[in-house]
Amino acid sequence: MAEFEALLEIADDHLILGHRISEWCGHAPMLEEDLALPNMGLDLIGTARTLYDHAGKLEGKGRSEDDLAYLRDEREYRNCLLVERPNEDFAHTMLRQFYFAAFMRPYWLAALDSTDETVRGVAGKAEKEMAYHIRHAGEWVIRMGDGTDESAARMRDAVEALHIYVDELFDSSDAAQEAEAAGVLPLRDALRTTWDRTVAEVFAEALLAQPEAAYAQRGGRQGIHNETLGHLLAEMQVVHRAHPGARW
Amino acid sequence: MYSQGLIGADGRTEETPEFLARFQQRIDAEEKIEPKDEMPEGYRRTLVRQIGQHAHSEIVGMLPEGNWITRAPSLRRKAALLAKVQDEGGHGLYLYSAAETLGVSREEMTEELLSGKAKYSSIFNYPTLNWADMGTIGWLVDGAAIMNQIPLCRCSFGPYARAMIRVCKEESFHQRQGYEIVMTLAQGTPGQKAMAQDSLNRWWWPSLMMFGPHDADSQHSDQSMAWKIKRFTNDELRQKFIDATVPQAEYLGLALPDPDLKWNEEKGGYDHGPIDWDEFWRVVKGHGPMARDRIKARKKAWEDGAWVREAALAHAEKRRARKIAAE
Ligand SMILES: [Fe+2]
Ligand SMILES: [Fe+2]
Ligand SMILES: [Fe+2]
Repeated sequence: MAEFEALLEIADDHLILGHRISEWCGHAPMLEEDLALPNMGLDLIGTARTLYDHAGKLEGKGRSEDDLAYLRDEREYRNCLLVERPNEDFAHTMLRQFYFAAFMRPYWLAALDSTDETVRGVAGKAEKEMAYHIRHAGEWVIRMGDGTDESAARMRDAVEALHIYVDELFDSSDAAQEAEAAGVLPLRDALRTTWDRTVAEVFAEALLAQPEAAYAQRGGRQGIHNETLGHLLAEMQVVHRAHPGARW
Repeated sequence: MYSQGLIGADGRTEETPEFLARFQQRIDAEEKIEPKDEMPEGYRRTLVRQIGQHAHSEIVGMLPEGNWITRAPSLRRKAALLAKVQDEGGHGLYLYSAAETLGVSREEMTEELLSGKAKYSSIFNYPTLNWADMGTIGWLVDGAAIMNQIPLCRCSFGPYARAMIRVCKEESFHQRQGYEIVMTLAQGTPGQKAMAQDSLNRWWWPSLMMFGPHDADSQHSDQSMAWKIKRFTNDELRQKFIDATVPQAEYLGLALPDPDLKWNEEKGGYDHGPIDWDEFWRVVKGHGPMARDRIKARKKAWEDGAWVREAALAHAEKRRARKIAAE
């Protein structure tokens, strides 16, 4: 059961961030980004699907990926707070992506040694995708940080707004700790140095001050979210829930 | 800028009868015309207009379907829809690149779209109102686009023809995927089936209008046919589309909203009821229910994104300057 819950946490992270990214589709600052953003969204949603499917099987109650995605309320969602933050602007969006990918890349690399075969399979694919997300989003952080006065100010705002959500990435819930002890999932805590290094390198090039969070905002893993998540879920789940039992 | 050195791009072509005859000979011999070749100014202008309109249609066309990405009722459908809308953006990109070979920049074309000077397919000025629309658009709208575009794979202008070959492969995938969405709904709960029927009722006539006015009323057709930019008339293509679609609807057990639709043994095709051309012209002129909102959304994306594009330029400039300073 611990593995089920721990997988759900990561699956939720990926689905919610993928959903957020997909909100940009057709509205990006340039056509190239109208193609790049859905690419990243597809990577994330793809990973979420495999993890939900696997979690559902481990749970053994016959819940499908869609049951898990569409029929849980916000208090049951276990994603970290970072991924549910609204898109705001391109600076927030790219920084959020960069922070998340800078965490997930080493996470999946470590998960290549998981005792769970499905997790290893996901890790093999996702590690490469996250390397791309780090590169793509990281380049934008650099361009915006060291671009115009306006873009630099917006990047600083984004750092200010999002940095408080970083620490939660490195927390392991009770379920995650059990899965880590069993060798199914990597130790989150151990990834901090790599994350710090990735971010420091990009921030140096972006001429952004190394961030310090005034405090750490947590709660997602206990289902204590920001108010925005409920709206995201309401939109995401509305059609599915309006037709109980239907096949799509 | 691609316009430099482009014969015809600045209207300097000398269009003597001999020149035009030579050009027509190349067309008749099914030779591909390439960007650096001599071409009549009218040929170039027609292509810029047509490819530009096509590109804009792909881009504006991302909006009606984009409207349902966040509400897709299963994760599989969500991913497929996101990928589909992304494909349409990709089509826009190839098409803008094809038009750029004729000496217009993507920025210029974008400005024309946003100012309302350039048109896009008026089908995208209809609203998407239920999930079934994601199926119907793939099935009918991408389906109609394919009918129009398959002949364009043999268009006399090389870059356009090549772009179309790539685009058509993806459009036919979209068409099959759309049909499969509608089929799932048609075989689903009564609520799903009603959703599919409602969607078909709304999209059928606008899809038929996608082929443009009847041949007798179409202004650009003759010259475009002679230049092999176009190879079938509007009515011919519309007929093919109807003949292909009627059996598909029957198979789904859905009714097409045209009481006059019936098989005509003699012509070997379906007859259909009168198309409401007043509505067509209203929508073409931008009086469609969504015309303002579509352009407003594109403008907002463009204006909100201005600082991002400026930052990218400024950063590239700084890099360049630093590199020079370091040398
Ligand atoms: Fe397309
Ligand atoms: Fe198209
Ligand atoms: Fe398409």
